[in-house]
This record gives sequence, C-alpha cells and structure tokens, in this order.
Amino acid sequence: MATPPAAVRPGPWMFFTADEAALIEAAVDRLIPPDHRGPGGKDAGCAVFIDRQLAGPYGRAEGLYTRPPFMPGAATQGDQLPDAPAARYRTGLKALADYIKSTFAGKSFRDLAPGEQDKVLKGLESGSIVLKDVKSAAFFALLLQNTQEGFFADPIYGGNREMAGWKLVGFPGARYDYRDWVDRHNEPYPFPPVSIMGRSDWTVRE
Amino acid sequence: MARKLPAKDVVIIGLGWTGSILGYELAKAGLDVVAIERGPWRDTATDFPPAYAQDELRYAVRLDLFLRPGQETLTFRNNGSQTALPIRSFSGFLPGNGVGGAGIHWNGQTWRFLPTDFQLRSHLEQRYGKENLPADMTIQDWPVSYDELEPYYDRFEKLCGTSGKAGNLGGQRQPGGNPFEGWRSSEYPTPPLKQGLGATLFAEAARKTGHSPFPQPASNLSEAYVNPLGVKLGQCTYCGFCERFGCGNYAKSSPQTCVLPALLRFPNFSARTESEVVKINLDSTGKRATGVTYVDTSGEEWEQPADIVLMCAFSFFNVHLMLLSGIGKPYDAQSGQGVVGRNYAYQTTSGVSLILKDKILNPFIATGAHGMIIDDYNGDNFDHTGLGFFGGGYMGAGQTGARPIQTRPVPKGTPKWGAEWKQATAETYQRAFSLATHGSSYSYKDCYLDLDPTYKDRLGRPLLRMTFDFHDNELKMSAFLTDRLAEIAKAMDPAEMTASPRKGPYDSTIYQTTHNTGGTVMGADPATSVVNRYCQSWDVHNVFVPGGASVFPQNHGYNPTDTVGALAYWTADAIRDRYLRNPGPLV
Repeated sequence: MATPPAAVRPGPWMFFTADEAALIEAAVDRLIPPDHRGPGGKDAGCAVFIDRQLAGPYGRAEGLYTRPPFMPGAATQGDQLPDAPAARYRTGLKALADYIKSTFAGKSFRDLAPGEQDKVLKGLESGSIVLKDVKSAAFFALLLQNTQEGFFADPIYGGNREMAGWKLVGFPGARYDYRDWVDRHNEPYPFPPVSIMGRSDWTVRE
Repeated sequence: MARKLPAKDVVIIGLGWTGSILGYELAKAGLDVVAIERGPWRDTATDFPPAYAQDELRYAVRLDLFLRPGQETLTFRNNGSQTALPIRSFSGFLPGNGVGGAGIHWNGQTWRFLPTDFQLRSHLEQRYGKENLPADMTIQDWPVSYDELEPYYDRFEKLCGTSGKAGNLGGQRQPGGNPFEGWRSSEYPTPPLKQGLGATLFAEAARKTGHSPFPQPASNLSEAYVNPLGVKLGQCTYCGFCERFGCGNYAKSSPQTCVLPALLRFPNFSARTESEVVKINLDSTGKRATGVTYVDTSGEEWEQPADIVLMCAFSFFNVHLMLLSGIGKPYDAQSGQGVVGRNYAYQTTSGVSLILKDKILNPFIATGAHGMIIDDYNGDNFDHTGLGFFGGGYMGAGQTGARPIQTRPVPKGTPKWGAEWKQATAETYQRAFSLATHGSSYSYKDCYLDLDPTYKDRLGRPLLRMTFDFHDNELKMSAFLTDRLAEIAKAMDPAEMTASPRKGPYDSTIYQTTHNTGGTVMGADPATSVVNRYCQSWDVHNVFVPGGASVFPQNHGYNPTDTVGALAYWTADAIRDRYLRNPGPLV
C-alpha cells in the first residue's frame, strides 16, 4: 500500500546551512524573479522545496543504480556521477561561495546587485565560470531544474506557495474532473486552482 | 539452498497485462496457478486514489510507480565500439513495476497493427523488390496473420472497453473511423471520447489538406462499462493525469480495473508479490522446465515447481531471464547466429510544437489517449517507391495533458530563466499545443540485447545490455513523417511552429516511449526466432512468452499494448485447447 503524501512542515532548514540557504534563496529569486504577475522563487518557497527534497530520498538518490564502476561515457548514456543530489549541492554551493568571495572582494551571493547575480548565474549556465572540482553548467542545470520543480509542484512539497506557479500559467491543479469543460472550446476555465490539501481560503480563520 | 514449495500447474512470472489475462484464463480452466511478481501489490483505492493520484512531482518526475534502477536496470551503448554504461536513473523509457505492471501507467492508446505489418518482409519484397531492403535490416514476417489475431484483438478491446469509432467493419468502410485499419468483427465497445480545441483544430486542418482524421482509440473510457468478466469501469474525467499515473477513477483500463477483481475470486489462483524470479529451472535434458527459483524480500530463496512456466515480465526482463536461465541460444551480433536478444527494436517518434493565435486551449483538460489522428502515412498505407525508406507511423494531436513541471512551452529564443522566461511562460501556456508522429522501428543486425560483462544487479546477476541506435531508414522516415505533419500544422495558422524530426544518435536520457520490443521474437523458423507462433519456446516446450512485446519481430507504427493483449489471449487459447491435451511442441 502506498504511503499518502505528508505535507512539509514549516520551520528550520533541514538540509541547508544558514549560509547555503541565503545563497539559494537569493538565486531562486533571480531564476524566477518577483513581478506584477506574482511572487518570485523565494516567496513561492522554492528554497524550502529544495531543502526538503535534499533532506529526503531524492537527496540520497534512493532507488537509483549506484554501483561502481563510475566511468565517463557519451552524453546519450546518461549521468554517471557517483554523487547523490545532496552531495552535489553541498560541494557545488561551497565552490560557488568560494568563487564569489574571491571574485567580489569577500562578498557573498546575496550581497551582490541583481544584475551581478544574473551575470554569475549566466556564467554558471554557460560553463564560463569555472568552479573548483564542480562542473558549473551541470550544477546550474540541477539548481534550475529543482527550482522550477518547486515552483510548479503541488504546494504540499513546500514550494508553489499559494499555488503561485499554477496561477502564473492558469493550471487548475488537482481538480481531477473536467467532464463539463472538455468541449467548451475557447472558454477560459473559470475556477481557481486547488492543491492536494485544498486551498487556504477553505481554512476557517479565527 | 532454496526451499521447495508444493508444485503448481502453472507459474506466472510477472502480474501485469499478460500475466493477469493468462492467470484468469487458466484458473478458469481449472488449473492451479501462482503468479510471482517482483514489485508490490497495487490497488486503485490504496495506491492512487483521487485524493492524491494527481501529484506530478511524485509520479511523473520522481517516478513513484516505476521500477527502481537499484532493483533492476540495464546498461546501454549506441554501438558495439562503445562500453555500455548502466542506466542509473530511468528517463528515456520507464519500465513498470508491481502488480499491474506497465498497464497501470500507460496512456491507454489502443492500436491494432495493420494486416500488412504481419507479413512485413514478404510484403515489402513483393511490392518493392528484395534488393531494395537494407542488407542489415532483419525484419521478418510474423508467424500469425491479422485474420488469425482479429478475434483476439476484439477480445482484448472488449476486456478494456476501448472507446473509439470503427473505420472498417467486416470489410465495409465506416465514416468517421480509420479508413486504413484492418477489418474489425465489431464496433468499439464504447463511443469515442470528447475532443478538446487543439485536437479539433488539427482535425479541421487535416481534412482541409486531404487527410482522414479520426478519434484515437482510447482505453480511457468515454462512459461507464461492464466488461465480459463482469468488472465495472468508470467514466474518464479528462483529468490530465494519465501517462505515468495510476487512474483514481477506475476509468483507465488496467489489470486492476479489468481483470484482477474477477481473477482473485478463483481459489485456485494465488499471487506472491515483492518476490523476484531469479531463474527458470530446467531438468537434466534441458528441454523441460521444472519451475522457477525466486527470492523474497528477506533474501530467502524459494523453489516453485510447476508444469508450465509463463514469462509475463516487461519485454527486457523476459529476455534477461531467458539468458540467465540458459533457454535458447544467445544472439551473437558478429556472426548473426543465435536468437535470444536478437531484433531489439523501439519506436521512432517526433513532434511539431505550435503556438496558436488568440486561442484558449485549456491544454490541462486531457486524457492519455484522446485526440485526433491520421493514419495516411503508417506502414505501407502510402507508396514508398523512391522515398529511400520503409515504414511509417500515425500522427496527430494526442497531447496527454499540460502538467506544468514538465509542460511549459515558450517561444523560440526565450531564455531558460529570469524575467523574460517568466513572462513567456505565463503568456504561452494556454496557446501552445503539440502534435506528434509515432513511427515504426525496424530491426537490424546490430541492435540487440545481451548480458553485460561488467555491471551486476543487487542479486549479483549480470545486467542486461542494450546496443541500439537509429538507422538511416528510420531517420529518413521520421523526416518524411514530420514534414507531412508540419504541412498540416501550417494549415492551423500558428503564430509559431517548431518541427523536430527524430535525429540520431539514440539518446537514453530523453523520454520517447516505453515501447521496447524484441529479444524473444516469435517466428516460423527456430533459426530466427525464440518462440513459435503460439509464443512457446522452441527449446523448452513448457515455457511460453505469452504476448509480451519481447515477441515482436520488429516494431510497427503503433503502440504495442493492443497486440500484446491479443497475443496473450491467443496463447491462452493455445495452451488450454491444445497444449494441455498433449504437452509438447505445438509446432
């Protein structure tokens, strides 16, 4: 029997250190910036999402094939890295913090102006910034993937807070029945999104 | 040392579509049947209830219902000069796991192969000349004909309650159906699903450009249905969580919704889950199986003696177990000799993505198999003279949802993140739609499965090794099909369109389909096949591979499940009506 999902609990970081979390919160807010359409990655909880994912089975690469030997191969053969996602974040964030400290006179990522932060992220994305012992482009790709997962996954996992990601695109979430709407062509679907746990306006406030 | 259990008449390895169908038919015939399943037990109410079945992260991204590579995986290389490396996380194809198997997470697209597909080699040689087929193409005729299989397709579709519109009833063309399909003995059990705007616009454009669109045959049911086993299915709600998900509405046909409730009433049927068969045991002659050995979750080994062994695992794992058990001669790609592992094939898919003008598509309203399709460019439905390739595929509007972690189209040139990305994502989601081609994958001398020399599974057995790449024939076919689809797409007057024909090399990290075929192919000649026309091993007569896609001699331009189900019924009849009377080779 499958385990029903458990909503992530608010509270302290479960995987990140305070410094790591500050870097991640600043980064996810550049990857998905706040604007008039809605919150950015930070307020949508993307850092919390990544933290809880890394503290759980995903972070440990649970269930994956992790037997040696680890040999480099063709891109078509898939990821052959020995490190699980949690370890990749730990080394990647350390290398990134070190790079920023030495490049920007002792500063950390969150102290940089948004334009500078974007420049760093672009440098990681293209691989033009070289990090010690870490493939910067692969690390960036993992961070971007997890950030977007957090923004669009069910809020039960800590991201997509108030269904910000779903509201952005117009995805109604966990509704599960559109029989009345399938042949109503070119009409906007009028109902707001619902998550697995319902909606905050369903909760009685004191 | 394995502990020996009391003997059974039949042991089934794997309780998915074929295992549950064979289990039902043989238990009904009075045999004592046990199924051994490597994964967990799964039921709709406990495992994918509508309370949380619609969880994209859990099911579609973290792949909760699928086989864990840590339990079993395979190694992959594009060609014999590379070293195969393990697939450490599945992404290019997604084998199922547990009771129901791939029948839980499929989309429900329910296609018959064309009559000429069953005589592929002789048909092409006759029409185009033997000299025009590539020398290393190892396609062959099926040992069964469409006419022989038709009643069994019909039975499987009635089991599923498939929704659709016939195009050919007993040789009479029917308006609104697929004009190219083989004859059907009866109309689909349930009428077609309703269509969304994207599929409707595609159908209009297809008609305008001289094609014949029809609703895709779907085992997501347009209305409630009671199947011949007395099992009741519900109506599809177009929830958009089909592919990679279990259905919480009892509306997608699966072993759970179609067979198991009836099967479990037989006192002479039992199932053992989370138990992995490690070997089929043979007697001293090597010509008769004595049963199987399996390992339970505590690592304990058990021997289950049985008179008949049915290999009902997902295609790869039938091949793997046959190689590990020493049944049949392993294929050697150098010499072309041997059969087990030969003729591995896949599917050649491609797409055309569109952004439409001023449309509200509500792309999240979807099922796994609704959509409008054309079959004008499948198989040999069109003249291949001078085209430089053989084969084809269906194409059309079959978008299965728009779950936003995985489906967030943006215009060309949009950055992957940042303010511009966010704006484009918000503005495009409602107007974007994707069309697809679903092409054949013919078999070749250098595409095969064997045992890996380096990597082992958790039980210390060598992993299965896949050697596969697309060949020119398939890439040219995909270019042709994608061009035709793009012509129709243009008639939809899109604001933007991107055609993406399949390109080589085959990339195991990009999801294409889980239609992995061949390796224990069926045929008329033991030198080029592993099982005969009744899916019975040529070498060990009480071992059958009753219809898994591993018996396909090559793959055609359709999804495999309908043919898998038809062959399961075909084999069940052969065992019950012929083999039980006179156990021995049926051919």
